[in-house]
Amino acid sequence: MNIIVCIKQVPGTTNVNIDPVTGTLIRDGVAAKMNPYDLEALELGLQLIKKNGGTLNVVSMGPNSALEVLREAIYMGADGGVLISDRKFGGADVLATSYTLCSGIRAIGDYDLIITGKQTTDGDTAQVGSELAEHLGIPHIANVRKAEVKGGVLECVYQLDNKIYTADIAMPCLICADSGINTPRLPSFKRKVEYGKAEDRIRIITFADIEDQDENHYGLKGSPTKVEKIFEPDKKVERKMISGTDLASKTYDVLKAHKFV
Amino acid sequence: MGLKINQSLINDKTGKELQELCPFGAISYENGKLDISSACRLCRMCVNKGPAGCISYEEEKIEQIDKSKYKGICVYADSDHGKIHRVSFELIGKAIELAKVISHPVYALLIGYQTEENVRELLNYGVDKVFVYDHEKLKDFDIERYANCFSDFIENEKPSSILVGATNVGRCLAPRVAARFHTGLTADCTRLEMKENTDLVQIRPAFGGNIMAQIITPNSRPQFCTVRYKIFDAPKKVSEPKGVAVNKTVKEEWLQSHVNIIDIIEKPEETDISEVDVIIAVGRGLKSKNDLAMVKELASLLKANIACSRPMVENGMFDAKHQIGLSGKTVKPKLIITLGISGAIQFTTGMKSSDCIVAINSDPDAQIFNIANYGIVGDLYEIVPELIERIKVDRYV
Repeated sequence: MNIIVCIKQVPGTTNVNIDPVTGTLIRDGVAAKMNPYDLEALELGLQLIKKNGGTLNVVSMGPNSALEVLREAIYMGADGGVLISDRKFGGADVLATSYTLCSGIRAIGDYDLIITGKQTTDGDTAQVGSELAEHLGIPHIANVRKAEVKGGVLECVYQLDNKIYTADIAMPCLICADSGINTPRLPSFKRKVEYGKAEDRIRIITFADIEDQDENHYGLKGSPTKVEKIFEPDKKVERKMISGTDLASKTYDVLKAHKFV
Repeated sequence: MGLKINQSLINDKTGKELQELCPFGAISYENGKLDISSACRLCRMCVNKGPAGCISYEEEKIEQIDKSKYKGICVYADSDHGKIHRVSFELIGKAIELAKVISHPVYALLIGYQTEENVRELLNYGVDKVFVYDHEKLKDFDIERYANCFSDFIENEKPSSILVGATNVGRCLAPRVAARFHTGLTADCTRLEMKENTDLVQIRPAFGGNIMAQIITPNSRPQFCTVRYKIFDAPKKVSEPKGVAVNKTVKEEWLQSHVNIIDIIEKPEETDISEVDVIIAVGRGLKSKNDLAMVKELASLLKANIACSRPMVENGMFDAKHQIGLSGKTVKPKLIITLGISGAIQFTTGMKSSDCIVAINSDPDAQIFNIANYGIVGDLYEIVPELIERIKVDRYV
């Protein structure tokens, strides 16, 4: 079977602040990494390949620096990687991102299964997987905890709120992996030495390589949502700071005053 | 449309300044040449804050849609459990507020089987119209069937805004339908407002960090957003419901599916932290798993449930179902005591509406103190054991 796993490079920290003087965003310089939820999606895919045979490719959308996470995935066991990258794709919201991924995946060719992680740690929307499935016109299941190939279909166990479903889904299809479903393997040192920069296993797809050449479908232009402004959250004014000595009994007094003890 | 570099104004000074300025590291200045890479997110920081004239932003005229063709604020009534999820009622409360600004009707969309009781319940909350897709094959959630019914509703009723509860079902369904209509969808909004031109103002925490983003969908309809449980308040039931139910015909071709459900198990009842009155939440300030013993003791004395921040799930000390925050649960207890939690917005988004917040942290500058009603600056390892003793003494006096 052919599996595609979507991965994303995210900032190493989610700690972003606004500079009070200039109003600009400040990010501290922690190195970027693979979105941790994608590691579980990749592990799920690698286990399916081990059982059923086939190839697994990873796909990412982002700047050239994202090649790093494609390499990491290849060292973990992916056969190859594709980076979808072009300045025309910049400023994309959920719709434009999922559409760009769809166009890129179509340019790669056939697949039986696409796996995405639950969400990313920088966007936190958990929406790109479902939108991607819609663009590709394939069925999808989210919150997948287990997946197994049985008689040509994929049997999935997934959780919807307080119910656990077991269902067959016809392939090709897309599944969004839930979190906490496996322990992702570490990159293999042997593969790292053997493949080096893995250049022959990585392909870059730009705007010129995709079929839909209407620029209005990509990046900021293809994004129906617009960020009007960013601002610092309100700070609650009614507050009392307690410091010094006897903190436990002062805490107790607070709880007592509110009848919690 | 896009960024244009005016190379004649680029020199060592402006080039380096721009390179430093870009929050996404997309601008590079090398050998006297400025370049913008695909890391650019078109935030336009370089245009607005950079040296004047170096980078400009050119906008194309886009054809504007006719917003007056879209009427109604719709709430998707999530009824996967047979009963309607309470988040849907909370959204009806918000929808009524939003609709008032623009004199639009309030709709509910209900998809399921044997829906009579749920229809009545929705009308009791004061919606003007409940659109009902009722069919045996819609008993259990099926993404293809539900998306087809949802799409039929949008095509025929043309609602202006659609609010969906961020349940697992809502998170799966809303993006699928929003993509079908090539429209915007904003996840996990924490505030919603309405402009007079019917643009829905969607406010949510962004960058997982300490920033709020205000988002609009200026030229697409319907406007989609998801909102979590317990962000808004459910309205009071109306004494004499005036709304009506509109039964829609479910067409056979919408019921095809590539998913064949084999089995559904109701998960055993377990305490859901978003339902409890008292919570003790622990974060990175708690150093080892052994230290949980004292937290548990305090929790049992206060009849509290224990919850945690994201790092405690990532380090394996807690299961994800105990996590509060943007990627966990939203809670609104009467009392929450946070122990060793710094208070990144990722966390506080999920608990800041709690009635009483008592934060214990040794760092006087911790952000948690910005939202705490009582900020206690001290070592939890000293305070918690003493507090336990103090409560015990009180009990026996």
